[in-house]
Amino acid sequence: MNTIYLDNNATTAVAPAVLEEMLPYLKDLYGNPSSMHTFGGQLGSTIREARAKVAALLGAEPEEIIFTSCGTESDNTAIMSALEIYPHKRHVITTRVEHPAVYSFCKHLARKGYRVTYIPVDSKGRLNMDAFYKALDDDTAIVSVMYANNETGVIFPVEEIGTVLRERDILFHTDAVQAVGKIPLDTRTLPIDMLSLSGHKLHAPKGIGVLYVRKGTRFYPYIIGGHQEHGRRAGTENIASIIALGKACELAAENLETEGTYLSRLRDKLEAALLRRSPDARINGDTEHRLPNTTNISFEYVEGEAILLRLDEYGICASSGSACTSGSLEPSHVLRAMGVPFTAMHGSIRFSLSRYNTEEEIDKVIETLPPIIKELRMLSPYGRCT
Amino acid sequence: MWEYTQKVKDFFLHPRNVGEIENPDAVGEVGSITCGDALKLTLKIDKDTNRIIDAKFQTFGCASAIASSSALTELVKGKTLDDALKLTNKDIADFLGGLPEAKMHCSVMGKEALEAAIAGYKGEAKPPESGERIVCKCFEVTEDKIRKVIIENHLTTVDEVTNYTKAGGGCGACIPDLEAILRDIWSVKPVAERPKEPKKLTNLQKIALIQDVLEKEIRPRLQADGGDLELLDVEGHKVIVALRAMCVACPMGGVTIKGIEEKLRELVSGDIVVEER
Ligand code: FES
Repeated sequence: MNTIYLDNNATTAVAPAVLEEMLPYLKDLYGNPSSMHTFGGQLGSTIREARAKVAALLGAEPEEIIFTSCGTESDNTAIMSALEIYPHKRHVITTRVEHPAVYSFCKHLARKGYRVTYIPVDSKGRLNMDAFYKALDDDTAIVSVMYANNETGVIFPVEEIGTVLRERDILFHTDAVQAVGKIPLDTRTLPIDMLSLSGHKLHAPKGIGVLYVRKGTRFYPYIIGGHQEHGRRAGTENIASIIALGKACELAAENLETEGTYLSRLRDKLEAALLRRSPDARINGDTEHRLPNTTNISFEYVEGEAILLRLDEYGICASSGSACTSGSLEPSHVLRAMGVPFTAMHGSIRFSLSRYNTEEEIDKVIETLPPIIKELRMLSPYGRCT
Repeated sequence: MWEYTQKVKDFFLHPRNVGEIENPDAVGEVGSITCGDALKLTLKIDKDTNRIIDAKFQTFGCASAIASSSALTELVKGKTLDDALKLTNKDIADFLGGLPEAKMHCSVMGKEALEAAIAGYKGEAKPPESGERIVCKCFEVTEDKIRKVIIENHLTTVDEVTNYTKAGGGCGACIPDLEAILRDIWSVKPVAERPKEPKKLTNLQKIALIQDVLEKEIRPRLQADGGDLELLDVEGHKVIVALRAMCVACPMGGVTIKGIEEKLRELVSGDIVVEER
């Protein structure tokens, strides 16, 4: 059975060209770029090249790129940096729908005595901007708002937020892990101070991330030790993965336009067909401002884990905001923040596509899923009539 | 699929006895769509022999909820009402070759539906809802149910109670209540494997000990780096210090505070929090 992988917001396949590019650095070229000898020291220039490629994708300068171990580290680092730099400021603003890398970290900060404001969203997952403006005060050290939501794909008004924060001289960080490589994003025009990205969401391997820090932004390191990354992130460079990320960013930059069009066409086809063929289904999130590869659909009166495991029988991989899939008992904090009704909350399925998905795969899902929903509804005491 | 046994998988993919019996003799409904799972059990009962001759189910829920419900119907068919009532949630789980811990509440739901159906059939009026104390508001779990499940399954920790009843798995507000119930039930024999609290220090002893640790363990090291530290106050478990000289500017500030906290936790008391002023 062939796997149909539609869970690319969770992680992506390493692109073959990326793998090829990184392999030599796992085999023969294992040196440490900090060494004085040529064998190690020569690797410095390959890191420089990779850094330039990552920077190019973001419209950034190479020295604005700090390599980290993952998106989570980048997120934690950005927020901690702001708090270290403004020790007298004790207020952090974020949203109710952040990824745990920011959300749980803010909960942790709250336990440490910081004041945290979580900006609510409306039923389409759009940020409540009034609440955002009201939350700002002189005590605010940093605002961290994701670029696009991982569960719904909804894109936030980062430009508007950044413009306001610039006027008020408040640091702005965005977790762009889901956005980079999927939609064009240019730090030259966006008023962002710091931005996180993660390699494995754009066809590089796991274990590599980036924190972009705008030139001139005061920064305080989180991981302290050696002089690597100009003293901004200690730890011996993960060379192979850095090279891989460079290549992945290069590929993303080359394909950005065409890929976006391709993905949104497949996604829209999938979405429309599923809604047509399954009664009592609805889309979660603002379809006007959304990543091209993501759709989050709720099938009322059925439970997400049951849907996923039936799909699994056909080799189809997706994910769900249902509590039963996440090992917790309460459904997704994102869907709850959106006020999705309980009847629909438990049966939410997220499909997230990548450049490797084909039209045939989408057709297969369109054919497979509606009968599964129908069958599960027959099993359910709530869905007899459909 | 992850941690499910072959049998759970089989009963989920090919559930037995799906549906609703027409003109059933007994009906048991438990759970709600809000909670994420619900089960409606219908039974056909032979009046003369008090035997269950047919059982059907409808379930809204995850794979193990569906499999557990189906297993329940298989288990009760052909049993007398008395024998059926002897079934425990563990029997349902065992029939399926076991359930993951976090899914045990699915088997509890099956047992509950069965009890509700039989009680209804016998005309035993269920105690009025209003009289029952709801302990967990998130999942509408009553104290009665929690107590029953704790005793039947010998649960000793809040985590286990959550796995079996869901109580405590939402906002967490009811966890102190769950702890109280556990303590109450097992008070005769102390709750298993809870390490004895170390002997409580008096406030004076504690402060003296903190001073001692700072003097002997911490300050010499800071001074070696050109820094120093002053103990300002101790409020309960909060130790307030000021970092002096080099430390203020030194990029290790945050780490130093953490380090001090760790040392104090190790040598004085596990709940100490160090704050810098
Ligand atoms: S009241 Fe029990 S988890 Fe919220």
